[in-house]
Amino acid sequence: MRTTERVGTVSVLIRPTHGWAFPDFVELWRARELVYFLVWRDVRARYKQALLGIAWVVLRPIAMVVVFSLFFGRLLNVPSGDIPYPVFAFAGLLPWSYFSASLSRVAGSLVVNQNLLKKVYVPRLAIPIGSILSGLIDTGISFVVLIGVMLLYRIPLTPMALMALPLLALAAVTALGFGLWLGSLNVRYRDVGHLVPFLVQIWMYMTPVIYPSSLIPESLRFLLALNPMTLVVEGMRWALLGQSPATVAEPWLLAISMGIVGLVLLTGLLFFNRVEKSFADVV
Amino acid sequence: MGDVAIRVENLSKQYRIGQRTGYGMLRESFADRLHGRRTRRRIRGKMGHRDHIWALKDISFELERGGILGIIGSNGSGKSTLLKILSRITQPTSGRAEIRGRVGSLLEVGTGFHPELTGRENVYLSGNILGMRRAEIARKFDEIVEFSGVEQFIDTPVKRYSSGMAVRLGFAVAAHLEPEVLLVDEVLAVGDAAFQKKCSGKMGEEAKKGRTVLFVSHNMGAIVTLTNQCLLLESGALSRQGSTRDVVAHYLARGDQAVKSFSDLADVERFGTGRAAFTSILVAPRDENERRGDALVVGQDLEVKLTIRARAKVEDVNVAVTVYDSTGYRVIDVNSALKGCFLALEETQTAIVEFKLQHVLLKPGTYTIGLWMGRGSVEAIDGITTAARFAVSPDLSDVRHSEVFPGVYQCGFTYSMDSDGETA
Repeated sequence: MRTTERVGTVSVLIRPTHGWAFPDFVELWRARELVYFLVWRDVRARYKQALLGIAWVVLRPIAMVVVFSLFFGRLLNVPSGDIPYPVFAFAGLLPWSYFSASLSRVAGSLVVNQNLLKKVYVPRLAIPIGSILSGLIDTGISFVVLIGVMLLYRIPLTPMALMALPLLALAAVTALGFGLWLGSLNVRYRDVGHLVPFLVQIWMYMTPVIYPSSLIPESLRFLLALNPMTLVVEGMRWALLGQSPATVAEPWLLAISMGIVGLVLLTGLLFFNRVEKSFADVV
Repeated sequence: MGDVAIRVENLSKQYRIGQRTGYGMLRESFADRLHGRRTRRRIRGKMGHRDHIWALKDISFELERGGILGIIGSNGSGKSTLLKILSRITQPTSGRAEIRGRVGSLLEVGTGFHPELTGRENVYLSGNILGMRRAEIARKFDEIVEFSGVEQFIDTPVKRYSSGMAVRLGFAVAAHLEPEVLLVDEVLAVGDAAFQKKCSGKMGEEAKKGRTVLFVSHNMGAIVTLTNQCLLLESGALSRQGSTRDVVAHYLARGDQAVKSFSDLADVERFGTGRAAFTSILVAPRDENERRGDALVVGQDLEVKLTIRARAKVEDVNVAVTVYDSTGYRVIDVNSALKGCFLALEETQTAIVEFKLQHVLLKPGTYTIGLWMGRGSVEAIDGITTAARFAVSPDLSDVRHSEVFPGVYQCGFTYSMDSDGETA
């Protein structure tokens, strides 16, 4: 399907498409207002009928950090280097929460928005992209809280903290790539919906979010390095807290990890675009 | 392409059975792969060619700019599939279509509404999803709210709205879409009577502004009033196209809209002692000249002929015919006892009973006939809730207004007017 704009008139050609192709990014760019509205709807609706409303965005990460600090920091004495455990955990949980929430949201986004798929034509890619973006607002607020906690522990904020932005972008792209696969599959196989929580859980344990990668035997650390989220989490600690990562030192491991993200994203886009045309018939 | 707004060429859509009804399970798909060819061949052998159905077959038509085209057909004839393809919601299997101009499609009222958001927020959300820019919505906002008539509640979450209010707001957004080509599916079938009137008024207005409209409906009254050309779809194929009057008349005369004239009552659900039973029913409309027609037109007579067979000796039996509207409300009830007539039959004796309902002023729609016989309140001998179904069609020579109004009784009436000085 292609939309071509001529002088004054829009012409839509409808015909079956075959084969593998990337989504129409020009069309998606034209629908950027729609992406904005989808994000806005998600954020508004998420905190609408909650007594504490937007305060949850602040409370949730604090509660998580408190729980993890008690169990892992105090009871299990998980080492956190020269950084106090709560700050260590918070800096890891922040990008991780963004990633896991985004991944789950994207994976479910097409099913949740099935009314949109079945009743009106919108560039479908706007739906997963909206899901990825809608978590950024929560994350931004968490970030402010984290900075507050850092000040509390007298950890100085350096210009390196700006590196957090590309790291979050990497988390977003990773979530989008895997999410496109899972979300597209979820349209046809609802098993995916049951699978995603486990996947996220296992993935979290395979990422040094609540423990330092130095706990992992050195011979196995390269496995950790293949996980793009290791880069995000350790990179975040490095950018914010100045803690040098124990895993992601080898440039070639880094390259493989980035390669995985790129591959998953590209194939995810191709797969999404291929099955997208049957969404309305199947969902 | 000259001044053609919509051109459809050999459009077809195939659904795989099962795919259409929902999503599969991973397990089935794996099983399919694992068992490989064998299973698949067995399934195919069993189902034959039936595991694929054509929801649309080879549809071609053109609609010039500013034209209003109605699409009619019974359920499952492919009307909605056609609209979905033209709206780009689903892809055709083969063929092509070209639409010139900004397309707005209205397949439901309140597309994209989120119950937690307020009316105001939903106007923006739905408007954008339907294809309006934010600035455009802001400009038309007051007009939209005024049209909907829910000003007071515009900052209340939509989940607190009555369904009627939500529909009104949804339609108000859609009505201000101003696309060059409008695709509409049956949305006029919702909302209260006054609002429906407002909607059809708005549609008529849009049409006059030179908008190209494609309108799918079951409502013949609305089709006749709003459109001048029409397509009739039958099991996915285009069976007739031409002027609305011709196509609608043809459609109404056909099987599923016409009175099902005869049916055997051997296998229907029934209650009663069963000492006698209705064995068949014949329902036939009669026009002024006493000819049997195909479809009952408002105001015609309806003949109901019943065969009764006694299994035991029965006497003092009264027979009743009941007509229910589509919601199950009992609108007509005639009983032989009201005429002082009672039936007496010997064992195995058969009788034919005939009712003629005179001048049936039911509004166009579908109705069902129920039968009952018994001895007053003493004994129910045989009762059938749904013995036959019939449709009342609008009198095509007399449709001036869209008959989208609810209700069942079409009163005959005269009209006159006095104005100052002279008599009209």
